[in-house]
Amino acid sequence: MVTLLNENYHVCTGCALLCDDIEVVTGSGRITEVKTACRKGVARMKGCSEPMSPTVDGQEVDIDNAIGAAAGILSNARSPLVFGLGNSTNMAQKKAIELAKRIGAVIDDTSSFCQGPTLEAIFNENIRSTTLDDVRNKADVIVYWGADASNSHPRHFSKYSYFPRGQERQRGWEEDRIMITIDIRRSHTAKISGDKFYQIPLQADAEFIDALIDALSGKVPKVSFGFDIKRILELANILKKARFGTIFVGLGLVYSIDNMDPVVKLMDKLNEMSNFHLIPMVGHYNMRGFNQNLFNETGYLNRVKFEKGDSTDVQHGAEFSIVETLNNKAADAALVIGSDPLSSLPRVIAEHLLNIPVITIDPCETFTSRKAKVTIPSALSGVECGGSAIRMDGVEVKFEPIIETNRPPDEEILTRIMEAL
Amino acid sequence: MTNAMEIYKFLPKTNCKECGKATCMAFAVSLLSRELTVGDCPPLKEDDFKANYEKLSGMLTPVKGAAETGMIVHEDKCFGCGNCVVACPVNVADDPHGTGIGRAPTSDKVILRVEDGIVRTSNVHECRRFGMDKILCNGCIVTCPTEAIEFV
Repeated sequence: MVTLLNENYHVCTGCALLCDDIEVVTGSGRITEVKTACRKGVARMKGCSEPMSPTVDGQEVDIDNAIGAAAGILSNARSPLVFGLGNSTNMAQKKAIELAKRIGAVIDDTSSFCQGPTLEAIFNENIRSTTLDDVRNKADVIVYWGADASNSHPRHFSKYSYFPRGQERQRGWEEDRIMITIDIRRSHTAKISGDKFYQIPLQADAEFIDALIDALSGKVPKVSFGFDIKRILELANILKKARFGTIFVGLGLVYSIDNMDPVVKLMDKLNEMSNFHLIPMVGHYNMRGFNQNLFNETGYLNRVKFEKGDSTDVQHGAEFSIVETLNNKAADAALVIGSDPLSSLPRVIAEHLLNIPVITIDPCETFTSRKAKVTIPSALSGVECGGSAIRMDGVEVKFEPIIETNRPPDEEILTRIMEAL
Repeated sequence: MTNAMEIYKFLPKTNCKECGKATCMAFAVSLLSRELTVGDCPPLKEDDFKANYEKLSGMLTPVKGAAETGMIVHEDKCFGCGNCVVACPVNVADDPHGTGIGRAPTSDKVILRVEDGIVRTSNVHECRRFGMDKILCNGCIVTCPTEAIEFV
């Protein structure tokens, strides 16, 4: 659990880094100035440019009627879908799981097409992980693989990984740390790592991992895409000598491999000769929290179907992912919480949402909310309501509300829907 | 960015010492560090060098928006990652338990901080690029992924 160092500090819920050193200036019931946060954090903390209103069939109603309409849709649905929750607090996620059990819903989040496989390997202890505080204090070799932290988590280098001084890294980034980027393009992250950028072709990650394992084993590495062998040997040497190494895995690597076996193999090999850890670059501020909460409840971190009236009957499988559920047209109603699947999913998949009644719970107007049958505005978590969330490295962070609102938090809305069922 | 050799090209190159410096090259270095001004060279004020005087004055006029050290932050490119704040050696020395370890500034002495998602400067006289003993420190430039920081 993270303890805030200063009573004036707040937690930023802009991404899964959950920066805990943010100061704000408030005025007229809004946050007017944000100190230390990056642009993503400032945009989140200053609130929505287009706040959502409670509506049913596009007509503005009061929130009680919207909640009643949502309960009506979910009661009548035979196979409802509950999706999102990456931007909700732990308490709201637990309530959503409870609701999914009550109505016999499929429940899934973005991790099923995001960092799910990496987190599954960590939860099942197939891969060793660590905390970001240990990375700051100890890490001497930092690898970003298929990740562009500069854009996805702008303060990743400056707060935890490359630039800060740490207990065992007192001499600064130029002397004490080596940063490596492996990616298919020269991203902003690759630019920071300078000559330690290894550019590989699309879909070549598994082959590059095999070559790296060969180099670590003392064999001559071979790749089919004309990569300088000396550079692979040089990389293997750096990894071998690491005293505390960490690999930050991005979606570039996750999407490129069929399963996590190559990564597990590489981590096992690295840990035979040095000391390596892996942290997934989780995007939404509490996506890992949802995976952890569902894992604690069911033993699965996503893609779960509950049977109505029997809370012990839990089914899990690829067919219960949001992509497959929508593709198979298996859902007859959807409850979307703090997410925008119409924007983030491919059109051919997402278009089923246009044919079924959709309920959105969100502070801001989204593409999905504009097409939804029922919209219920909620408080912006981390700004208008407090709670707790799980950081990308698995550490729990608590936060308090900064400004007041009359909009209820996600968990209250979900509780009221359950009462109205 | 202007360098001493470019300035030297427009000087009389007579090493007359009237400015108080031993050579015209030393005068060029003093101009670059803002220790002396173009008007401190008497021969430059003569009619023969009028064009050079104007050229040098233009070269050394601080660029609009630049700090006294010549630093410009391109706000449209900066996304507030704070790499420069944490990598800046002056920030680390003055605020070892704040910016030095990646956290929010805890000292008023820091020269770089992030406000509203954009890096802002303060206490520029503390910057290593300022004053008589300035050095061409580039900690904030090389750590910026978007080339949002520039010195002119």
